[in-house]
Amino acid sequence: MIVALIIIGVLILGSAAAAMLRRNLIHSALLLVASWTGVAAFYLWAGAEFLAFAQILVYAGAISMVVLFAVLLTRQSRDAELPVEPATVTRTASAFAVTASLAAVIGAAVSTARFPASAAEAPSATVKEIGLDLMQEHGAALLIVGIILTVALIGATVIASTDKKRDPEDAP
Amino acid sequence: MTPLHLCLLISTALFCIGLFGALARSNTILVLLGIELMLNAANINFIAFWRYGPSHGAANGMIFVLFSIAVAAAEAAVGLALIIAVYRHQKNIRLQEATVLKG
Repeated sequence: MIVALIIIGVLILGSAAAAMLRRNLIHSALLLVASWTGVAAFYLWAGAEFLAFAQILVYAGAISMVVLFAVLLTRQSRDAELPVEPATVTRTASAFAVTASLAAVIGAAVSTARFPASAAEAPSATVKEIGLDLMQEHGAALLIVGIILTVALIGATVIASTDKKRDPEDAP
Repeated sequence: MTPLHLCLLISTALFCIGLFGALARSNTILVLLGIELMLNAANINFIAFWRYGPSHGAANGMIFVLFSIAVAAAEAAVGLALIIAVYRHQKNIRLQEATVLKG
């Protein structure tokens, strides 16, 4: 049980770290697909099958496609892969310092924390229970999420398709 | 070390990898992907506490993660649309060169 968790963790963290360090954007995007699939495997491991499939559909399916489209639409010439500048080195070093100290603080806090013992049997949530929960108890939240998604997608289309031409009366 | 601790450590590491990507990389798309990684780390925490919490009545952890995934999808769509809009104006998506708001 715990060995499987360790393997899943190594998959998630290894591919995420590799994705953040690669120079090639397409490699990064594909490595992140592996990382998101690893997160889905974690959900399966924890017994949340519905979420695992939602994660695969949304992240590995939809978001990765959108990211790949964005990468290809904003593709630069090869010489745009700039050499590392001093400013970039400073930024990378300070980012690493911030991240490492945050990791140390949270890691220490987590590993010394004592949590109440978990319940004896694993929780179970069938799709039927989740559906009833969503539609009854969290019905308002479901509606709001639907509105957010609609507004966000319409807004994304408008932002990405705006032409440079503007109304003449808009000009200063 | 209990499985709960291990889950939390994995999510801490994932959050820190995402934070490093968001802070250190100069490509806007990678910054957005770093933020997505941080969101995923938060979702892992929800599921870990749902699975190993002291009591589980309702499936609240799962529901929360479901909504979080939906919001993350909306955020990714808007973010990538913004990146494409910036690219159209400046022919570049490096953060250091996107210093002008008025196209």
